[in-house]
Amino acid sequence: MKAGTKLEKVLESGHFAVTAEAGPPKGTNAEVIKKKGELLRNYCDAVNVTDNQTAIVRLSSLAGCLLLKEQGVEPVMQMVVRDRNRLAIQSDVLGAVTLGISNILCLSGDHQKFGNHPTAKGVFDIDSIQLIQTLKRMRDEKKFICGEDISGEVPIFIGAAANPFADPFEYRASRLAKKVKAGADFIQTQAVYDVARFARWMEMVRERGLDRQVHILAGVIPIKSAGMARYMRDYVPGVIVPDEVVTRMEKAASAKEEGLKIVLEIIAQLKEIPGVHGIHIMAVGWEDIVPELVERAGLMPRPTI
Amino acid sequence: MKTITRQKPQEEVMGYLAKCHKVYLIGCGTCATLCHTGGKSEVLEMKEKLKAAGKEVSGWMIIPTACDELTKYALQEEAQRIKAADCVLAMTCAIGVQMISLHLKDAKPVYPALNTLFIGMEESPGHFTEVCLQCGSCVLGRTAAVCPLVRCSKSLLNGPCGGSSEGKCEVSPDIPCAWQLIYERLKEMGRLEELEEIEPTKDWSVSVSGGPRKIDIEAECTSLS
Ligand code: SF4
Ligand code: SF4
Repeated sequence: MKAGTKLEKVLESGHFAVTAEAGPPKGTNAEVIKKKGELLRNYCDAVNVTDNQTAIVRLSSLAGCLLLKEQGVEPVMQMVVRDRNRLAIQSDVLGAVTLGISNILCLSGDHQKFGNHPTAKGVFDIDSIQLIQTLKRMRDEKKFICGEDISGEVPIFIGAAANPFADPFEYRASRLAKKVKAGADFIQTQAVYDVARFARWMEMVRERGLDRQVHILAGVIPIKSAGMARYMRDYVPGVIVPDEVVTRMEKAASAKEEGLKIVLEIIAQLKEIPGVHGIHIMAVGWEDIVPELVERAGLMPRPTI
Repeated sequence: MKTITRQKPQEEVMGYLAKCHKVYLIGCGTCATLCHTGGKSEVLEMKEKLKAAGKEVSGWMIIPTACDELTKYALQEEAQRIKAADCVLAMTCAIGVQMISLHLKDAKPVYPALNTLFIGMEESPGHFTEVCLQCGSCVLGRTAAVCPLVRCSKSLLNGPCGGSSEGKCEVSPDIPCAWQLIYERLKEMGRLEELEEIEPTKDWSVSVSGGPRKIDIEAECTSLS
């Protein structure tokens, strides 16, 4: 065991894991996070708390994770390199681990241009792969980037993102290999709609034997409306939504039911792909669908660890 | 190599000049002329604008290369007219502004009329691209001579982020993804395996984060020989 977190145990014991996402509020109302935690607690193994997602300032990921932890919900702390330099990053990691938050997901972060402070200075002191390497070094060697010793244990279950839908496509498995080499223990991917492309990527991943070195959780986002499908297709960087999905949403009598159906079909296919060890549900603004989704996907009950 | 500048909004310039009645104008015959931001015609245009705004222009000149040491002598020659002014408005790059301020005889505000953007490479006549931010520890040898620090919007050192799509950066369809370019060039040269190496964290202390950088060429040459 690297950190002995619940998420690590679920994955290491060979269960098909389910994680979900909870976006913190643009303010100080703890109830927002607590409500999401309560809703999700029995339907997934861990909940990601986003870190100023899409570069919009929100309650910190660390605080959100602590609120979940206090409720008995397993948190995954997302951490972007856009907003912090290496001092702040390492200090926040020590803080998280000390508070019992040991699942940490390493990300570059959406460019600040997309958010509500587009004139901010992007930090990018280190990149996401160097962040993975930093966490591994802190955990395994108990050393900071500078080489000085850390006192105390630093158990971390290290997560990273992968996007098989970004370009250059042929490079995406190599990029995963690099993240594994840097020290990633689990991967949560960008949302899958184009299952064929995802399967081709997984094939390359298996060829390199990466599926045996890292747990891959395939990302899914349930679509609520035809408008959302079009928006994701046309404006969200790094996501591929095939026209067929948009058409289905447009023609559906009940958009919500159709959106749910689409995601359930995708999950059914993902479950069959060798090397996929779980799913990560990013139901942005539609968290209350998660229980039904997990239930209908046949992923209940969740293992008790 | 050229220092690329853009004119500041006139309101900002007029804000600086609020307390000055007499203004001395300086342009630059090199980069600012080439950028059409501080050459003769722009300086004369500014002169008219200032007059229209009720200011008096005590004189003007175009220094051949404002960032050069010779600026000192140009200022000496114009000392009389500069003296008569309440301030100097420099239509030069920021290095020119600082050079002028350094060599002005009497304490007098020197205001910039331009924003200094970057050191640009001229890709085609009149089209400049930022290709280097002078980071002090160049990595071009690993990145097929494409700078990841300025050409990648997130200054990533280890490959493309998840926003790279069809050769474009997530930030704008007008920005080519630097890592797509690096990938293609390395591929062409059969050097793709170099991308598998993890580039270590960067030493920013030799860059802007390390405090003002200085170099004494003569001393460096002596220590080398
Ligand atoms: S790596 Fe540094 S020195 Fe080299 S081109 Fe980029 S900014 Fe300039
Ligand atoms: S899309 Fe390419 S250029 Fe833009 S931030 Fe990502 S890696 Fe850098």
